[in-house]
Amino acid sequence: MPREHYLNATYGIRSWLLTTDHKRIAILYLISVTFFFFVGGLFATLIRIHLLTPGGYLVTPETYNKLFTMHGVAMIFFFLIPSIPAVLGNFVIPIMIGAKDLAFPKINLLSWYIYLVGGAFVLYSFATGGLDTGWTFYTPLSSIYSNSAVTPAVIGIFINGFSSILTGLNFIVTVHTMRAPGMTWMRLPLFVWAHYATSIIFVLGTPVIAITLLLAGLERMFHLGFFNPAYGGDPILFQHLFWFYSHPAVYIMILPAMGVISEIIPTFARKPIFGYDFIAASSIGIAVIGFIVWAHHMFLTGQSTYSAVAFSFLTFLVAVPSAVKVFNWTSTLYKGSIAFDTPMLYGLGFIGLFTIGGLTGLFLACLGLDIHLHDTYFVVAHFHYIMVGGAIMGYLGGIHFWWPKITGRLYPEYLARIAAIVLFVGFNLTFFPQFILGYLGMPRRYHDYPPEFQVLNVMSTAGASILALGYLLPMVYLTWSMRYGKVAGKNPWPATGLEWTTNSPPLTENFSETPVVDWETYDFEHRPELGLSSTVPRKPIPAHGDD
Amino acid sequence: MQSQMPLYPEQASNFAPQVDNLVYFLLAVCVFFATVICVAVVYFIVKYRRKTPDEIGVPIHGDLRLEIAWIALPFPLLLAMFGWGAAVYVDYRHTPADTLDIYVIGKQWMWKLQQPDGRKEINELHVPVGRNVRLIMGSEDVIHDFSVPSFRVKMDVVPGHYNTMWFRPTKVGKYHFFCSQYCGTDHAVMGGWVTVMEPYEYAKWLSGSAGSGDPVAIGQKLYSELACNTCHLPDGKGRGPSYNGVYGSQVKLADGSTVLADDNYIRESILQPNAKIVAGYVPVMPSFQGLVTEEQIVDLTAYIKSMKDQPPPTKPGAAAPATGNK
Repeated sequence: MPREHYLNATYGIRSWLLTTDHKRIAILYLISVTFFFFVGGLFATLIRIHLLTPGGYLVTPETYNKLFTMHGVAMIFFFLIPSIPAVLGNFVIPIMIGAKDLAFPKINLLSWYIYLVGGAFVLYSFATGGLDTGWTFYTPLSSIYSNSAVTPAVIGIFINGFSSILTGLNFIVTVHTMRAPGMTWMRLPLFVWAHYATSIIFVLGTPVIAITLLLAGLERMFHLGFFNPAYGGDPILFQHLFWFYSHPAVYIMILPAMGVISEIIPTFARKPIFGYDFIAASSIGIAVIGFIVWAHHMFLTGQSTYSAVAFSFLTFLVAVPSAVKVFNWTSTLYKGSIAFDTPMLYGLGFIGLFTIGGLTGLFLACLGLDIHLHDTYFVVAHFHYIMVGGAIMGYLGGIHFWWPKITGRLYPEYLARIAAIVLFVGFNLTFFPQFILGYLGMPRRYHDYPPEFQVLNVMSTAGASILALGYLLPMVYLTWSMRYGKVAGKNPWPATGLEWTTNSPPLTENFSETPVVDWETYDFEHRPELGLSSTVPRKPIPAHGDD
Repeated sequence: MQSQMPLYPEQASNFAPQVDNLVYFLLAVCVFFATVICVAVVYFIVKYRRKTPDEIGVPIHGDLRLEIAWIALPFPLLLAMFGWGAAVYVDYRHTPADTLDIYVIGKQWMWKLQQPDGRKEINELHVPVGRNVRLIMGSEDVIHDFSVPSFRVKMDVVPGHYNTMWFRPTKVGKYHFFCSQYCGTDHAVMGGWVTVMEPYEYAKWLSGSAGSGDPVAIGQKLYSELACNTCHLPDGKGRGPSYNGVYGSQVKLADGSTVLADDNYIRESILQPNAKIVAGYVPVMPSFQGLVTEEQIVDLTAYIKSMKDQPPPTKPGAAAPATGNK
């Protein structure tokens, strides 16, 4: 271990709570999002146990409705959205581009405090009456009819929005202004490109959800008629405003995970990523098209047929950049030198699960099928493939990939590989049966269901218990490794990014002197310092055109 | 626990085979692509697994022709999925003429359904096989959704206006219907059964009913109780327009546009009279928001519908006095 690094530079609780070091702030986020992950996970566990039998004997309908609502709110707003950007992005983006910190270190700390305040409001709502509106807060249920603690929850999410906006702003300015000499735009790691695209959505989309929930809150508190038809409002207006943010928010959750995968695959295939510029451009493409597909959540609200047809078409378009990424990752494996370290297992798992999640999205984009599938378990399965199979797999892959950099130590490799496989199996067993349940017609958000749906629900619950084990394992061995893990060294994999040229854990300033980049991203061939064979083992294939 | 586990629900409406054929097409395309990717990944990771610790891969940076190919080649398939799906949806959203109209009112947490003759049902719907059925649906409180998986149809039931959906049952039997839009505490039990009957049995069922009253008669009674008839005179000379011959016709509005006088228009005219002003009248009608229930609106509409066969007053706007609306 290096003698001095960001973890031992200063001591004491104040040195953490008042830190402006992006790496320490990332650790603060890591602890807080993990807390919310386990809160959300606890609710999920109770949901799955409850659904073991039709009739629903474990909890009352009120409690069940609160469980799935609080599961969604905790997971989406307080785990998935901040997870990769605020933990991994915060930690590695400045190091990746050769900077000492983010552009606005104090604002970075402020983001974390805003997140905490927002989280406190939401926890207050959970503790005092709970929340039973669904994470979608559809009006007039949320604004008028619900008897639960809606007001503190919407205030909490409103406040938390500013955390996202500031993080996005910080990333955009940092990438524009703080790149080291030689770190050109086309040498940026794809993780940075993905976060750049994500930050655009943060900055442009988050204000809309914040104001929408505020309007719902105002209608609830002061009976101002925005959404309730009895007051002259329009309930469908809420859905337009809500999904204008919340559909792009899906891309907030998945784009950073795609960025992680774009780092992992070239590292463990030991070759440049296939189609760098296409992957980078597809991130921006997804972010841009993602803003004009929102009404595909509303095909059956009675919106005009023309508008439904247009939004369906735009939704099919978003499949193109997503598919481009999958094809390029797969092609990166071709003629690689492939190792099966833990991050790579998550990377390969991600390709499979994201492919299923993405392709089933086509079923829902398809107007004729959405009539049948909308608001059924098919939708639940689809978005869990994207958000758990995609975003959380990407997050865990990234945690395992950068853990040696973050802590300076290695985790027990074989245990970690077993956990990755357990997660993959448990995940599929949990969520694949839900596609069939959905096609059979089981609506989502049901505390009780007809007996013919029981077999598939039992399978799903069985899978969820395996999945829970898969999440507990990394908690245990990662914590263990912080003290007892083998010392990692600067570049254990080895990987090509700038973050791997500095110490593990890095200095507070990241680099002792400003690095100069004179190599292309993911280039193993011309990097003798990596200690790899410089002769290419197989006959090189000439590249065509676009590189 | 049932013994056999079907992979799709029964096909019991005209839309069921359409939706199932569409799903087979998408499944075929998607399984193909998922298999190609899966096989490629497995083949590559086995064939190109690391042989020596310091080995590196062949530095291939990309291939423009491949990129263009995998953007362009799947595109026609995407268009086919989109087009086919849109065709089914447009058919679904376009109600044919000559339907059996059933009014559906959703409220936390029950469904009230009303047959054309006024017979009311709760959480039960009886329809004849082979007949086009249209559901005209409103909500008294929050958003609900009427969904019949065996018919492959569903539609949100939104407070503030009517949504309609249609289907043609093709198979006699009993089928689940559900509320598909989360609506609060008892959302999961807000469902019931659609009973599809042979037409003669349906007729027998209707005639054997202890009918809860003719909706036209109830509507007519309400019409005078609420004093609608003091302004909406049949000859169009009252302060509001006559309803004779109005339902189903195009109404000319004060702003020069026209609107189809359907259930939604009538409902809106009762609750928000100033939203659409009939040409030749001025907005003096008070809102009946909160004074009439959704079910009463259905009855009023039935009465107004019954006036569509009356001869409309000649030159409605011109003959009317200068004040009045709708």
